[in-house]
Amino acid sequence: MVPVSAYLILAVVLFGIGAIGVLTSRNMIVLFMCIELMLNAANLAMVAFSRALNVVDGHVIVFLVLTVAAAEAAVGLAMIITIFRNRETINIDRYSILKW
Amino acid sequence: MIDYVSALSIDFGLIVPEITVLVTSFVVMMLACSKKVSSWSSTVTLVGYVLALWFTTRQWGHQGSGFADMVTCDNFGIVFKAIFIVASIIVVFLGHRYLRVKGLHRGEYYALMLVSTLGMMVMANSSDLIVLFLGLEIMSVPLYVMAGMYRRSLESNEAGIKYFFMGAFSTAFLLLGIAFIFGASGTTNLRSIVTDFSYIANSFPVYLYAGVALILIGFGFKVGTVPFHTWVPDVYQGAPTPVTAFFSVAPKAAGFAALLRVFVYGFSEVTILSDVFWVLAVLTMTVGNLLALRQDNVKRMLAYSSISHAGYILVALVVGGADAVAAAIFYLVAYTMFNLGGFGVVTLLETRSGCKSEFNELRGLSKTNPYLTATLALFMFALSGFPPTVGFIGKFYIFSAAMQSGFVWLTVIGVMNSFVSVYYYLRVIKTSFFDEAEGTPVPAVLSPTIIIALVITAVGTLGLGLFPQQLLQLSQAAIFGMP
Amino acid sequence: MSEYLAVLLFAVAGIGIVLITFGISRLLRPHNPYPEKNVTYECAEETVGPSWIQFNNRFYIFALIFVIFDVEAIFLFPWAVAFGQLGLFALVEVTLFLMILFFGLFYAWKKGVLKWV
Repeated sequence: MVPVSAYLILAVVLFGIGAIGVLTSRNMIVLFMCIELMLNAANLAMVAFSRALNVVDGHVIVFLVLTVAAAEAAVGLAMIITIFRNRETINIDRYSILKW
Repeated sequence: MIDYVSALSIDFGLIVPEITVLVTSFVVMMLACSKKVSSWSSTVTLVGYVLALWFTTRQWGHQGSGFADMVTCDNFGIVFKAIFIVASIIVVFLGHRYLRVKGLHRGEYYALMLVSTLGMMVMANSSDLIVLFLGLEIMSVPLYVMAGMYRRSLESNEAGIKYFFMGAFSTAFLLLGIAFIFGASGTTNLRSIVTDFSYIANSFPVYLYAGVALILIGFGFKVGTVPFHTWVPDVYQGAPTPVTAFFSVAPKAAGFAALLRVFVYGFSEVTILSDVFWVLAVLTMTVGNLLALRQDNVKRMLAYSSISHAGYILVALVVGGADAVAAAIFYLVAYTMFNLGGFGVVTLLETRSGCKSEFNELRGLSKTNPYLTATLALFMFALSGFPPTVGFIGKFYIFSAAMQSGFVWLTVIGVMNSFVSVYYYLRVIKTSFFDEAEGTPVPAVLSPTIIIALVITAVGTLGLGLFPQQLLQLSQAAIFGMP
Repeated sequence: MSEYLAVLLFAVAGIGIVLITFGISRLLRPHNPYPEKNVTYECAEETVGPSWIQFNNRFYIFALIFVIFDVEAIFLFPWAVAFGQLGLFALVEVTLFLMILFFGLFYAWKKGVLKWV
């Protein structure tokens, strides 16, 4: 059997890739995909723990998280469409009207 | 056939206020479908909130848990739920005319606000990390939309998208933290975590500390503590002003409810947390205040000021213990009153055409609207913590709790920060009272709804300052039976 | 390891069948290339414009509504599997859950989102 630490390392690496992607990428859609990657890394950790500890809670939590992620995706994409209509760009660096 | 209704102790009596808010939000959504009846939405919203508030107060003193021990009904949660509902009611009054003027008065606004309030109420009532997470999301997703709902305004678009990305980013941290805690303890229930804490801490220290740190980062984003505060000023400035008023109060209170529940109750035995919160509190107070000094936009100044107020409340988390939690609850009630009042005046001033809440636009306000200027001055005094307003009493309780537990330096830094903050709050008063306007200033037109909002907040600010005893007893009673 | 042997055989057979069918058709078919055959396939119609275009915004709105109902199924499957043991109360709860989602759909319908303008 694959040890739980292997899954965890994979989850943390995926989470790290997502986090770095959020901090460096300029395209909103890519940014968005990176955030989904982070959420799914957390899901992976949850399932791995659930399997290792032999409790089913982790699986149920993943269902809930998927739903939340879908709701967030719906709202996020709708907002991206709205601002694209106004500004004709989804490069996040161009969104800097508000600053000190 | 499994009798899971009693096995999981499913008890809808515990969540009557939440159900009320949910049903109201549906009704408002349906009203919003039709042009003819959509103007009823604000009234229906108010009725729903008042009903929910009544049901909430009826729960006072009850102690119970249900839904597989995921939902807890206790005084702590009830006080917070009352704060959210009262804040929402004030925001409904405060935003009414602004939204009409800007063409944003639509049923969806109220439906989103109701759903967001529902999420906060779930957060305040949860004794399980996953329910807490779900509550946080139910609260946040409507807030993203509300921030960006002024679709024609580029600032509002930008505020919405920034809030969305920062919020989703922080959610991921929170979720990974919960996963680690789940891995360490095999459960997400705070009560079981507290019971088995010494076992967890001895067997899986790495998972535990990683989880606690990640959860702290997640909530740190939500309440706007300093290393994670960068979104706050942008979102507060860009969002429509009544929405900003709502942001600055209700989600912040919900975030602190969760922080108190998780860190003061759940992980109270992680001793290093006190030091971490010490650093966070000092950073948040100081950076918030220093950056507020150089702002030329009143909304942005109030955003930084709300960061520094989060710092004062973090002092209570450093101290921990019953007195500090009571002081934090007291401060949150007080902050709700005077901060909503401050934003109320700003909202009113923004209904003048072409107004962007720059400091210059306050000039000569005392000539055109003397009473309004006096009210603004009252809120500014309360924000800076002058007696006899409730701002002074709130800070006094927090810092005296810190002194009693021996956090002398923290108290000194906090009091010094309060002195610094006086400068930028008094700048508002000075500009509006003593500076001459260029050209003829446009008077702000008062509407009945905003007068109601300002009267409630002003009476709260002064009244609670003069007679703080009842509120203090209430907040002390609220901590009994935590979680 | 012996359980994986079946998987291996299955994979070999799967790949083999594809290769064999392609090979047979290559041997049997006539060889007659002409330019229309290399055109992008679009339901037997001639293509209009390049295929690298942006999708119409409206598709996104349908996709958004789809996502919600897509995820709804996650909660229906476990309930359906355990239906026999759960009984009436769960049925009511699931109905409520669906009702809440249909409120959303009704709202979208009333707002004219479902119309292709």
